[in-house]
Amino acid sequence: MAKHSITLTVNGKSTSAEVEPRVHLGDFLRHQLNLTGTHIGCEHGVCGACTVLVNGDAVRSCLMLAVQADGAEVVTVEGLAAEDGTLTPLQEAFRKHHALQCGFCTPGFLITLTQLLRDRPDIEEEELRRELSGNLCRCTGYSGIVKAALEVAQAFRTREAAR
Amino acid sequence: MTTRFFGAPVQRVEDPTLLKGEGRFTDDIKLPGTLHAAFVRSPFAHARINGIDLEAARAMPGVKAVLAAADLPDVVQGKRILLQVPNPAITEPITQMPLARDEVCFVGEPVAVVLAESRHLAEDAAEMVIVDFEPLPVAADLASAVEPDAATAHAHRSDNIAARIQVGYGDVAAAFQAAAHVVTARIPQHRGTGNPIECRAVLADFNAVHGTLTVWSATQAPHGLKRALGDMLEMADTDLRVIAPDVGGGFGPKLQVYPEEIVVAIASRMLGVPVKWIEDRREHLLTTVQERDQLWTMRMALDAEGKILGISGQMLHDQGAYLPWGVISPYISSVTLPGPYILPAYKLETLVVFTNKVPTTPLRGAGRPQAVFTMERLLDHAADELGLDRAEIRRRNLIPTERMPYAVGLTFRDGKPVVYDSGDYPKCQALAIEKAGWTIFRERQRAAWQQGRYIGQGIANYVEGTGLGPFEGATTQVLPSGRILLRTGSAAQGQGNKTVYAQIAADTFNVDISQVDVEVGDTASIPIGVGAFASRLMVNVGSSISVSSAAVAKKIKQIAAARFEVAEDEIELANGMARVAASQGGSMSFAEIARMTSGMPGFSLPQGIEPGLVSTHYYAPPQATYANGCHVAEVEVDPETGLVKILRYVVVHDCGRMVNPLLVEGQVQGGVAHGIGNALLEKMRFDEQANPVTTSLADYLLPDADNVPEAEIYHVESPSPLNPLGVKGAGEGGTIPAAAAIVSAIEDALRPFGVRIDEAPILPERLCALIDDAAARQAKKEMA
Ligand code: FES
Ligand code: FES
Repeated sequence: MAKHSITLTVNGKSTSAEVEPRVHLGDFLRHQLNLTGTHIGCEHGVCGACTVLVNGDAVRSCLMLAVQADGAEVVTVEGLAAEDGTLTPLQEAFRKHHALQCGFCTPGFLITLTQLLRDRPDIEEEELRRELSGNLCRCTGYSGIVKAALEVAQAFRTREAAR
Repeated sequence: MTTRFFGAPVQRVEDPTLLKGEGRFTDDIKLPGTLHAAFVRSPFAHARINGIDLEAARAMPGVKAVLAAADLPDVVQGKRILLQVPNPAITEPITQMPLARDEVCFVGEPVAVVLAESRHLAEDAAEMVIVDFEPLPVAADLASAVEPDAATAHAHRSDNIAARIQVGYGDVAAAFQAAAHVVTARIPQHRGTGNPIECRAVLADFNAVHGTLTVWSATQAPHGLKRALGDMLEMADTDLRVIAPDVGGGFGPKLQVYPEEIVVAIASRMLGVPVKWIEDRREHLLTTVQERDQLWTMRMALDAEGKILGISGQMLHDQGAYLPWGVISPYISSVTLPGPYILPAYKLETLVVFTNKVPTTPLRGAGRPQAVFTMERLLDHAADELGLDRAEIRRRNLIPTERMPYAVGLTFRDGKPVVYDSGDYPKCQALAIEKAGWTIFRERQRAAWQQGRYIGQGIANYVEGTGLGPFEGATTQVLPSGRILLRTGSAAQGQGNKTVYAQIAADTFNVDISQVDVEVGDTASIPIGVGAFASRLMVNVGSSISVSSAAVAKKIKQIAAARFEVAEDEIELANGMARVAASQGGSMSFAEIARMTSGMPGFSLPQGIEPGLVSTHYYAPPQATYANGCHVAEVEVDPETGLVKILRYVVVHDCGRMVNPLLVEGQVQGGVAHGIGNALLEKMRFDEQANPVTTSLADYLLPDADNVPEAEIYHVESPSPLNPLGVKGAGEGGTIPAAAAIVSAIEDALRPFGVRIDEAPILPERLCALIDDAAARQAKKEMA
């Protein structure tokens, strides 16, 4: 199959590659760029495990073709922690609240929440649960994930109040 | 250092890598030159294979090989995958062949495999394989498959009875004769499928130089897979290695040995290159084992006070087309029914039935949720008939603590008598109803009904045999670096095993948990192992680590004592040093001792001390240890739409001593979520020809953050007397009684409609139908 050249920025680094038009962004990241942190759980848009940020929006990488990401800025789970390995407050909160067990769904949740807490940093539980219903976790029963996210939201509110 | 890790809510050592996307799941492992497999699968539930044409597929770009059963090596011809758990009750031990040869018996059964440079190319070519299938009559439905003239799931068989199991004790006939009340129920149940977020995955790499085969698989039982591969390929044990790397959830289905794992290994050996197969979600819903239908037809005899006198009945278990793991699930169901109650007489006949569906094997709870559901429905109906409170009838029948240990009178699946080793069942129930506000609920309920809101509470108790043997082992080693390495062959799928194992060793050596490394799931690190299932690892591996670590710690003390010429008990371990207690004098680091004992010229070992700071122990428990608990669910039902919202969920849980409460609560909460799925959402649907119609996660619904509330979890700790740690399994208790408690609550909420629910899951459309039926019955009564 004929390949297309694309250029995109992934986790801050500019990358060019040749891709088949039918390859979805998730497979491209995993297998061509070797960024295996993004996981594939269903390839039909339901589980959310493959979620990455594309131009700042949380997107299911299994529902987007790699060629569509030409020129885009992509952030995967590998791009969250600092260069020196320091975890983000959200990642720290995940650890503290036992928000992951097998960890397979975790990259998707972290990315979804990265956008959500950026756009609505003071989100309340009910709304948060509704937003998170697009990501499936078979292990945790969600409580730890919700607690971790609410703790980050609470920290935001405290910071705002202190201003 | 005086911190004790045992019992503390220690954060997991597994987390940092996983949070950074640095986990190594099977599909993340890349070997140069790997070929990718795509399987050609049966579109029919039952058919004869009259011919296969592979030529067009073989000519496709990027395709290296296309194999049907006849193309496999001679050594595997005609062979079926090793039956993992034989049982004399099995009439014919039919397991799958690597690729079906003459007959396919469920939709999705693999008949050929394409090996190509990418999965895309392999799938393109799989489309080109032409199979001449001749459809055969289908055994599609559990109840009708036992009829004398039923179509058979396997063409050569005269019936569908895969096994017939009788269990029981006491005089059931006398119980029913003496009964003041008899309640009956017909209870169809359906639990659905596993759906870990990581599907199945396997990578095989045959090394032609050494003649060895290394297989990475998202498996719960690497040693079981190794055994099956050795059996199939007739390879020496030492030439095989199976590794379960990071595994993205298991819940039972990843315990089986699958045709795909065997075929990928065979292909790698045939072609001399690595071969990978990653299951997609559609394949998972079609072909990964499920644990599904049971149909219970039961009678319960009670005296005038509501004490149970006896239970008898029949259970049909839908086995699906094959018996990869024997009849474990229905057997466990049959011996779980008595639960935490005094049941003087019991008789159950179980028929395990072949149908043309995907095979069934243990899934989180393993047959227990169905038994608990059945018992708890019977108790609810009995309470209603006697005009008793539903918690009160249970209280009257619970086994009192004084009677522990309590012999039920049955034999468990490990061949040992079912003896509840410890527990306080009345206390658990009392705590649960107190926390749930059970006694004041009726008032709230009446007020809600008056406002047209339908709320209800349901309660369910359970006992779970956990920590099954036969054994599991672990090696503890102090490395020349002074770090402590633990190795066990059992895998882990996210339970946090590395953390709890490290906690136990850290306490024994009196070091920080960060000084301990843990390797799991590699058959090369320990020769024999059983697997991660049946909530058995904490008991078996935890005890093995406790014993092997103690042996190494003792050796360190002996060596240091000889060196400093003091008594062994004068040596204490602290911060990676062995030192003479109460003196500033002699001390040696673990590293020094490890280097000496691993063969340092000029150093002789004290008399009687073997080289190496290493010890392996296999822990073999005398019998299962029994965890228990009580769940109370509070729900609101919308009778217009049939939608159920869980308002509160209270769990009282007793798994003996807890190594790490943070992890235990994670297991319980995750288990409850699975139980909510079983109660309200999860149903694999098939048409009349046994074609699966729920083949994506858009059709098969899993619980999400919006319908799983946070459970309020309370712990009771009744240490097990059967292992050195006093622990019991905690992995499945969250799931086991959940459907029973939730369905009871729904029925309670809908009392004004007079709805009775004897099935799970209860989906909205079905609930609406039951409400309509009840209304119609009511109208008919009023007319008469
Ligand atoms: S893999 Fe993309 S949503 Fe499931
Ligand atoms: S942690 Fe396993 S799927 Fe979420």
